[in-house]
Amino acid sequence: MTVNVRGATLAGRLAGLPLRAHLALGTVLLFVLAGLLGPLLAPYDAARTSPVDRLLPPGTRLSDGAMAWLGTDQVGQDILAEVLAGMRTSLTVALVTVVVGGSAGLLLGLLAGYFGGWADGIISRVGDIQLAFPSLLLAILLAGVLGPSMVNVIIALAVTRWVIFARVVRGSALAVRDREFVDSARVMGASHARILAGYILPSCLPPLMVAATVQVGLTMVAEASLSFLGLGVPASQASWGSTIAEGRDYLASAWWIAAVPGAALALVVVSIGVLGDLLRDVSDPMTEL
Amino acid sequence: MAGTEPLLELSDLVTSYRLRPGIGRPGGEVRAVAGVSLTVHAGETVGLVGESGCGKSTIARTIVGLVRPSGGKVLFDGRDLGALPAKELRRLRRDIQIVFQDPYASLNPRMTVANLIKEAWRIHPGLVPRERWDDEVDALLERVGLRSEHAGRYPHQFSGGQRQRISIARALAVRPRLIVCDEAVSALDVSVRAQILNLLQELQRDLGVSYLFISHDLGVVRHLCDRVAVMYLGKIVETGSKEEIYRSPAHPYTQALLSAAPSLDDWRTDESDEIVLTGDVPSPLSPPTGCRFRTRCWRAQDRCRDEEPAPAERDTGHPVACHFPGALPPPTTTAPDSGRLTKE
Amino acid sequence: MANESATPLLEVENLAVEFDTPAGPLRAVRGVSFEVGECETLAIVGESGSGKSVTAQALMGLVPQAARIAGGRVSIEGRDVAGLSDREWQALRGERISMIFQDPLSALNPSLTVGYQIGEMFRRHRGAGRAEARRRAAELMALVGIPDAERRLDDHPHRFSGGMRQRVMIAMALALDPRLLIADEPTTALDVTVQAQILRLLRQRQRAERLGMILISHDLGVVARAADRVAVMYAGRIVETGTVAEVYERPAHPYTLGLMRAVPDPRDIGAPLEAIEGRPPDLAARPAGCAFHPRCPFARDVCLTDDPAPHEFHAARASACHFAEEVIAHGGN
Repeated sequence: MTVNVRGATLAGRLAGLPLRAHLALGTVLLFVLAGLLGPLLAPYDAARTSPVDRLLPPGTRLSDGAMAWLGTDQVGQDILAEVLAGMRTSLTVALVTVVVGGSAGLLLGLLAGYFGGWADGIISRVGDIQLAFPSLLLAILLAGVLGPSMVNVIIALAVTRWVIFARVVRGSALAVRDREFVDSARVMGASHARILAGYILPSCLPPLMVAATVQVGLTMVAEASLSFLGLGVPASQASWGSTIAEGRDYLASAWWIAAVPGAALALVVVSIGVLGDLLRDVSDPMTEL
Repeated sequence: MAGTEPLLELSDLVTSYRLRPGIGRPGGEVRAVAGVSLTVHAGETVGLVGESGCGKSTIARTIVGLVRPSGGKVLFDGRDLGALPAKELRRLRRDIQIVFQDPYASLNPRMTVANLIKEAWRIHPGLVPRERWDDEVDALLERVGLRSEHAGRYPHQFSGGQRQRISIARALAVRPRLIVCDEAVSALDVSVRAQILNLLQELQRDLGVSYLFISHDLGVVRHLCDRVAVMYLGKIVETGSKEEIYRSPAHPYTQALLSAAPSLDDWRTDESDEIVLTGDVPSPLSPPTGCRFRTRCWRAQDRCRDEEPAPAERDTGHPVACHFPGALPPPTTTAPDSGRLTKE
Repeated sequence: MANESATPLLEVENLAVEFDTPAGPLRAVRGVSFEVGECETLAIVGESGSGKSVTAQALMGLVPQAARIAGGRVSIEGRDVAGLSDREWQALRGERISMIFQDPLSALNPSLTVGYQIGEMFRRHRGAGRAEARRRAAELMALVGIPDAERRLDDHPHRFSGGMRQRVMIAMALALDPRLLIADEPTTALDVTVQAQILRLLRQRQRAERLGMILISHDLGVVARAADRVAVMYAGRIVETGTVAEVYERPAHPYTLGLMRAVPDPRDIGAPLEAIEGRPPDLAARPAGCAFHPRCPFARDVCLTDDPAPHEFHAARASACHFAEEVIAHGGN
């Protein structure tokens, strides 16, 4: 028996989601909004230091009378402002990386899955080799060679991510390629371009979206890792990774410097993971037909 | 039909698949179709019967161009499909359409019925002027027994029989001269199957289209077809008119197949008259030497192991690939078990 | 095969099965009654959605999650099975009543050897030891015609062909000498020549062990070959019963007549098929009166309002049609 899910409205679908989905969605939206609007609420300036306000615990009033809700770091900067600015960096890097890596993966995965043969051989083998190499090490290597800048971080991370997308797309393309309705288009005389665009691509998109969602979270972790090692965005830009790295030396005296961005990172990544799982569960019912 | 040029001619067609070695399975080349010659004339229905794995679906896929033959020729209208320039081939492909078995898998679930049909005209611009598309869709739907209000619906909103009607309408949209029906009615319920069979006959009468009707159901083939070819393990073992095959089958496999095929009359016949073959069809990876049927044949002799029988009209009146063809002895004159491979 | 024993092996009276759906209960099987005797094969014929498989599942106490038996009585060897506990059912299944399915591959555990799975029947139900179970499994495999049984004990199901797998299923079903075997489309997935082998095997085992058998099928040819009596189901109800010869020779319900005419007639080749127009009703929108009336060429006013109960009009023959006699007269071929 087939259930008609197409008719369901977006609102209807949202209402049917479990509680954890609402929590995860809420968290992600909150962080995205904070990342977008944060600099307006709590401006962050990497150059500004305030030695009087060093290492204040959360909830202390600063020398200029403002409240440091999440405390200050070793140069007297407000952690809240730093985390909000870091959110912006993290989100930008993650989204651009996933779009760039996802596009490359989509293209190569389609080629490999649909045409097979030597194209598949080359793309899959290169992918295998790359996967055998720890992706963070590869990113460190690339970032080290390219030097610190946001663009370079994105390049380094996108290079490590495309394989994952390519594999997902290749798998779906392979599964659809030999379905009878694709055969029937071939018999009709349809060109490869028409089959790819009209038949193969629509079936690859839902799993790709699921993979992309999960990868946004994982890329945020990777970006933080690079910044933690000093290979990420330049010091003039805030990043959770570099804040955590700075806080490392003060773990005993001022735990909040490292803990706050760490907790933010964990919360966002877990929420995105939950959303990804959910997306997988509800993704395109038509592919089951 | 004799004397006229055949519409479709397969000559010594070979189609093989390369099998990658897997766990517990050697790799190698499977000759799914191992030298098949067959003709279909204009306006004719030819039945191709055989059990699963005999290569009949591979023949279908080769004819419509989904699989490339590894030997032999496919001639359509006298022209070798393997030697045509791409553009001409594309044009000619229109003339040969296919209706698959599974009406749930063969229609793109994301397209409406109207789009499924119009897709054919998008692929072949110039066939139907764009302003006539909607009218033509309505006409085709009516032609196959659906209504114009069905045009906006998706495949999953239809029953199996209706979906098969949609598949037929889609095939008709490019005005083919030959439709390959690959088990096209096998998945349907009895009452619906009769509707589709009647539709196919009606279309042939009105449009003069030819069918290559591939099926495992001997009753349906007998009902629909003018000529019948029987396949076993990649080869055609016997061809002839419907009467020749069903009234005087000469190949032991045809005889066994006919005997095994259930029919409405089976309650009348004595079960001791059944021919029940032993064993399974051998793997096409390593077919038996000589005659491929000899491992299950009750007439097999040494010669069958050493020498492959070529299809020839021995004294049967129609081509049979058997060294020892012959009519079945009338059941009354045989002892219950002589010559019958029954399993005890 | 006449019914020889005093109490039939299986008696079903007025069985009803309902599915719970968001829109309310749907009756998939209604007012179904039949019996099966020793050494007899009753075929239940119908198209998809007719309720034939649900009926079979109900007899085994295995109705799907969303379904329940909503009425009627099922007795196996004179014992009413209503209210049996899970434990009692498990004892009954395999020991007294057993079942084989269309798809043996999904009914067998892919990760256990065939010998182990057959032997398990003896270990679990008979307390047999390892060696004993293995010996009996090999015997059974030989009995159902698996060549080289000893050696194939240690093969996994995927190493067997479709026909051989079905033999394995039959071996498991017959392991504990049940009295009644339910075969749900046992040959539908098989090739014609293999189908003939399996039908013959079933017949042989049935005779040797005096089994009662219920054959569920959509294929009128298979039924003609394998059954003694036949019950035709349409829209959840038995519309006609009788011996195969009687029903095939002189159908007494328009649906049966329609089915016969929709299949190519081996004695009148090329005659146009008379398709039954339309399609079976949705369970949720069962027509009032006789469920078949919208598709029935014999339908009159009374059929739109009165649902005809199956009535016996002849020894051991029943038809649920107001105009059974007329249908018989019409169908004589």
